[in-house]
Amino acid sequence: MASHAHGDNYINCEKGLWSWLTTVDHKRIGLLYMITVMTFFLIGGIMALLLRLELFAPNAVQGVGGVLKDGNVYNQVMTYHGAIMVFMVIIPGIPAILGNFFLPLQIGAKDVAFPRINLLSWYCLMAGATLALLTLFFNKVDTGWTFYTPYSIRTGASTVLMVLGAFIMGMSSILTGLNFIVTVHKLRAPGMTMHRMPLFVWALYATAIIQMLATPVLAITLLLLAAERLFGVGVFDPKLGGDPVLFQHFFWFYSHPAVYIMVIPAMGVVSELITTFSRKVIFGYTAIAYSSLGIAAVSFFVWGHHMFVSGQSETAGIVFSFLTMLVGVPTAIKMFNWVATMYKGSISFDTPMLYALGFLFLFAIGGVTGIMLATLPINVHFHDTYFVVSHFHYVMVGGTLMSLMGGFFYWFPKMFGKMYSDSMARMSFVFTFIGFNVTFFPQFILGAMGMPRRYFDYIPAFEQLNKISTVGSWLIGIGFVIALITIIQGLRKGEKAPANPWGSKTLEWTVQSPPPHHNFDVEPVVTGGPYEYR
Amino acid sequence: MMWFNLAKAQSFMPSQATEIAKQVDNLYGFLLIISLISCVIVIGGMIYFVFKYKRKTANDKTAYISHSTALEFLWSFIPLVIFLFVFAWGWYVYHQMRAMPQNALEINVLGKQWAWEIEYKNGYKAVNEIVVPINTDVKLLMTSSDVLHSFFVPSFRIKQDVIPGRYTAVWFNADKLGEFHIFCAEYCGTTHSGMIGRLKVVSLEDFNKYLEEGQEEGALPLAKRGEKLFALKACASCHSTDSDAVKVGPSLFKKFGAESVMDDGSKVKVDENHLRESILEPNKHIVKGFPKGVMPTFQGQLNENELNALVEYIKEMK
Repeated sequence: MASHAHGDNYINCEKGLWSWLTTVDHKRIGLLYMITVMTFFLIGGIMALLLRLELFAPNAVQGVGGVLKDGNVYNQVMTYHGAIMVFMVIIPGIPAILGNFFLPLQIGAKDVAFPRINLLSWYCLMAGATLALLTLFFNKVDTGWTFYTPYSIRTGASTVLMVLGAFIMGMSSILTGLNFIVTVHKLRAPGMTMHRMPLFVWALYATAIIQMLATPVLAITLLLLAAERLFGVGVFDPKLGGDPVLFQHFFWFYSHPAVYIMVIPAMGVVSELITTFSRKVIFGYTAIAYSSLGIAAVSFFVWGHHMFVSGQSETAGIVFSFLTMLVGVPTAIKMFNWVATMYKGSISFDTPMLYALGFLFLFAIGGVTGIMLATLPINVHFHDTYFVVSHFHYVMVGGTLMSLMGGFFYWFPKMFGKMYSDSMARMSFVFTFIGFNVTFFPQFILGAMGMPRRYFDYIPAFEQLNKISTVGSWLIGIGFVIALITIIQGLRKGEKAPANPWGSKTLEWTVQSPPPHHNFDVEPVVTGGPYEYR
Repeated sequence: MMWFNLAKAQSFMPSQATEIAKQVDNLYGFLLIISLISCVIVIGGMIYFVFKYKRKTANDKTAYISHSTALEFLWSFIPLVIFLFVFAWGWYVYHQMRAMPQNALEINVLGKQWAWEIEYKNGYKAVNEIVVPINTDVKLLMTSSDVLHSFFVPSFRIKQDVIPGRYTAVWFNADKLGEFHIFCAEYCGTTHSGMIGRLKVVSLEDFNKYLEEGQEEGALPLAKRGEKLFALKACASCHSTDSDAVKVGPSLFKKFGAESVMDDGSKVKVDENHLRESILEPNKHIVKGFPKGVMPTFQGQLNENELNALVEYIKEMK
């Protein structure tokens, strides 16, 4: 390739937009995902701010805000916020950006196993997202991201378009999973045994298994839904002899494991951060590695805990509650292991570590409230209230997003060869962390008081807490704006980054920053574990 | 048990208006305390370590501690025991929520976009308001005429999805006079958040008065309307209603609550859902000994109110 003459790293080795759109370099594809996901996050985030603004006061139609014209508009914004954040931000987030970039580097490979499929999966995401977002220009979808039947069969026809978009984005997820599994099995450097792989790789591997096995079920479900709308096939519509609750079973059979697609990679990132910034070998490597697989396995058998009040039998409820409790155990193991890793460490407070500590804090709260929700009679009261909204934001935002940000600031010097302003980045953490708690902690209380979710308006008793929550959302907004400025500033005039600014031990830090086009000039030979801080 | 009540006071749960609500809150109080302790251990441990082992020099050496089987066993086993204990406690309470009481006062609830339609046995109908007597078992037999809804009374700690095409039920026994909110908890479209009703708990005398005074003149009780429909739709020409005599189809006399054997050998309990299905989709399950395809389907010919009336009439054949 003639392009080699241009420069010595993956960013400057080829030039021009076309070279990016046709690249099969996993690092460049990682950056493509980064730009895409950040854009979607911006859209989904603005929608979240609008929703909170609407909920600032009750009776908003006549009163203060009236930001959103009416219940219909609110429901649409609520739907797009959920669908964008789930399908276009949190699911592709860590695996497709950080995973794509660092999985091959961490196992000493030149690329993923199928570089072209890797690019195809990005185009799938783009195509699916375009299709889904096209609906914004027709009649807007208002089903909520869950597409529950029979509402999704009765409401506006563009639901079909959105559903097909989600179907295609699912393809992207399957292809990425396939790629990662094969890469982990086939492309490890000499000496890189499975038990010497960094925990981030283990987490991506467990995630990839779920992506491969669960996503096809979503695909089938969404196609059935589309077929039902287009051809009147009566699988879910009671008017045609179908069963609306069947849809929920199908949907959660994917979407519960999907929760772990979202959070296991985050756990992987946190494992890397805690060991690096404590400068200490991870405590219980094997337990953390295999608990990822354990969570992945059990995650397929807990979908019914979304349906305790759906009309499923009492026995089903009991079985699902029991199995859900079991998922709590490997999760608890990880929490204890991370804290134990810090014991007798040498702990620094660089920005990535702050995010990791934020993760532990928020995930602990997300975890214990998860146990509450798994407890049957408590769930009956909390189901479909703000308690659930708060719980999954603590896990998805407090967990996954915190860890995505932490991972991003950790690997930023490697990805771009530049340093960012540490004080700015810490400030962004402080705003998001405090803002997050101010936004979502009151929602636990709102839920306990009985405020149902997906409400455009509410009774006056809920006003105070909603006000606090809305103010919190502004703080989160400020936090992310600061983060964005930090990133742009770092990219434009950051100092040149050394190969290993944090003193990490994993392979990606042995190459220059940014890495060369083919990752390793000489194939590395691995002789020890990933975290040999001695 | 002061610590216990203290937890409840901090729990921000709505007022307790049923025995079940108290049980739910006890379990919740326990969980709150356990959760608090766990968070103090994990987050507290984290904060303590962060300051105790703060990096001092750029070349700090750290201890090489890779694992500890004993510790890891402990922190897997202890959470497991706690989780299983909580699960079992939850099962115990949940079972009481779900076990329908015998001889409860039955009220029909129809969810529709975006209101709750209530119908009492005597034929009295109301919208968005349910009045019930205190200290009485009440069973709500619910269905929806359009999309999913969910019947939620925070003060009773009960919630049950309301599903088109089938009946679901929920029961309670209120032990406190007053008015309580009914929310729709399952997203159902534009005015989902406006689908709010009131549940009034009154004394038995007031309840009876309410039903009598509210009753419109000439309005028929539910079962009577069912009887009329039964005649109108010519059901009686195939189903006997006052004896076990078999006409063209199986007798309906004293069938409700009994077990019925289907032609594939399976046994089905004759409940509201079975009756509903037999009327709307008669050929889905056939009673053993009867031919398929004889009974016409009534899908689309009866509205939810009429179905409720027919079901009630058949229930009362005893």
